Amino acid sequence: MSTAAVAAPPQPQARKLLKLWQDGDQVAHLVTMVFAASVFLVTILLVYELWIHSAGSRAKFGFGFLWGRVWDPNAETFGALPFIYGTVLTSFLALIISVPLGVGAAIFLSELAPPRVSNACTFLVELLAAVPSVIYGLLAIFTLVPLLRQYGEPFLKKTLGFLPWFQGPAYGVGYLAAGLILAVMTFPFIISISREALLAVPREQREAALALGATKWESTWQVVVPFARLGIIGSIFLALARALGETMAVTMVIGNDTGIHTSLLAPGYTIAAIIANEFTEATGDVYLSSLVELGLVLFALTMILNGSAQLLIIATTRRGSKQD
Amino acid sequence: MNRTARRNILNDIMLTLTGICTVLTVSVLFLILGFLVFNGWRSVDWNFFTKLPLSPGELGGGMANAIVGSGILILIAAVIGIPVGFLGGIYLSEFGGKTFPMLVRYTADLLNGVPSIVIGIFAWTIIVVKSHHFSAWAGGFALSLMMIPIGLRATEQFLRAVPNSLREASLALGASKTRTIMGVVVPAAKQGILTGMILGVARVAGETAPLLFTALNNQFWAAKLGEPMASLPVMIYTHAISPYDDWHRQAWAAGLVLLLLVLFANLAARWVLSRGTAVQRG
Repeated sequence: MSTAAVAAPPQPQARKLLKLWQDGDQVAHLVTMVFAASVFLVTILLVYELWIHSAGSRAKFGFGFLWGRVWDPNAETFGALPFIYGTVLTSFLALIISVPLGVGAAIFLSELAPPRVSNACTFLVELLAAVPSVIYGLLAIFTLVPLLRQYGEPFLKKTLGFLPWFQGPAYGVGYLAAGLILAVMTFPFIISISREALLAVPREQREAALALGATKWESTWQVVVPFARLGIIGSIFLALARALGETMAVTMVIGNDTGIHTSLLAPGYTIAAIIANEFTEATGDVYLSSLVELGLVLFALTMILNGSAQLLIIATTRRGSKQD
Repeated sequence: MNRTARRNILNDIMLTLTGICTVLTVSVLFLILGFLVFNGWRSVDWNFFTKLPLSPGELGGGMANAIVGSGILILIAAVIGIPVGFLGGIYLSEFGGKTFPMLVRYTADLLNGVPSIVIGIFAWTIIVVKSHHFSAWAGGFALSLMMIPIGLRATEQFLRAVPNSLREASLALGASKTRTIMGVVVPAAKQGILTGMILGVARVAGETAPLLFTALNNQFWAAKLGEPMASLPVMIYTHAISPYDDWHRQAWAAGLVLLLLVLFANLAARWVLSRGTAVQRG
């Protein structure tokens, strides 16, 4: 290229060659743009296909689908409430456990641990996020569920059995097992993002609190954590979005029951789990489109959560760096 | 004095608690690895890698078709996902204007957050419904959708980190923009991009949900890509929920193999990246 441009500027042929190279830039621009646009188009197509394929169910049940309590393929009556309930309940259970654990560990890793230890531990925790969900499910079926059935649930019934949440037979599988496994699957996200948010808090904030006589814990809890709160909340939202959409591990331990139960020990269902279990067996248009509509509901739920998480995380990191 | 003592005790208690949280969370990885090794290592033998699964009741057999199937599905995903992620990332970082790249970036993040089971439904609607067959193509396509956002954002991020002076130096020497990108900018960011691609592959290698009703499963070898194909994650799932002891044994073995593969890919990605930064600094 450079030889053509330098050796013979006046020749029309060289000029043509030069132009071809500049056109090459145009071609590259166009090609890469097409690939970038395909990401955009495929996402739009995804929403469109979900919408189209859930038409049968939307036409038959309307918005009533969302609070219908009956799921009966034989009568072709489909309602999403048991699954929305199961999804929200298991995710909520997971967060009750994973938020204190995750935020606690993030505080330790950002405030107390020496950088080397902190980085090593964070790496190990992030590896945990890479473990495939079917492997969590495998471990849950063969270790967590038997433990819950033999020791965990009888113990809960004996001590807290007077509460409506801990009654009924101990199956092992159910809301509680799903919540526990989701807790393990979500805390890597909480730890790694909360730690980032805590590390972004300017050093002066800590020093000022310590100079006023605060103990290390007081400076952390009353100054550093509130400063990073948006990022921490963002990480929790992200973990929640993850828990809502989690399929395999939950499907393997949820117990597959289409009722709505108050007891956490009871078997239930989540949106993702019923899609995974019944999609290939679904016969009839209404049945299939109801399952697709469940997918649409799940999609909408996770989109809202992911969007707000992103905004919160951006807000904290920006504020942190401004005050640095 | 009493008050100070109380505050100091609270300080000690809370800080110890955060330490306990850390120990608990970090130890989970070792627990998982320990359980899988303990339950699975005896079954990872020659048969596991070379034999087909047997019908329930018969002892023995392996998962050769699932191992090869996983490889093929990942390959299809990579062939679709890596070029889209790489070239799209180049566009976002090198050519992009203002609004359109923002839109692409936003939708890529959106796609990244879509639950994997919903990705499966999507691949089912546009491939399985139209071709009337469960197929490896549909499975590979579903996996590629999960790979694209990771590759795209990694490529963009690492290309952006390349200093502008490098681009200007190349352009000042008379190189065209395309040549600058391919000859200077991309090579400068290659470790980072490679890391992103490896992480993308590692992520889809363990995905089960998008394959359940796209590639489905297969107890035998798939003759062509238009047929249902076995994969390790789906095999683990079907074997684990089956009532047969011998299948459970196989599921543990497959779980161990899959986990080691995924962890190895993650370590490799980390290693490539650390080497890259060392070179750039030196």
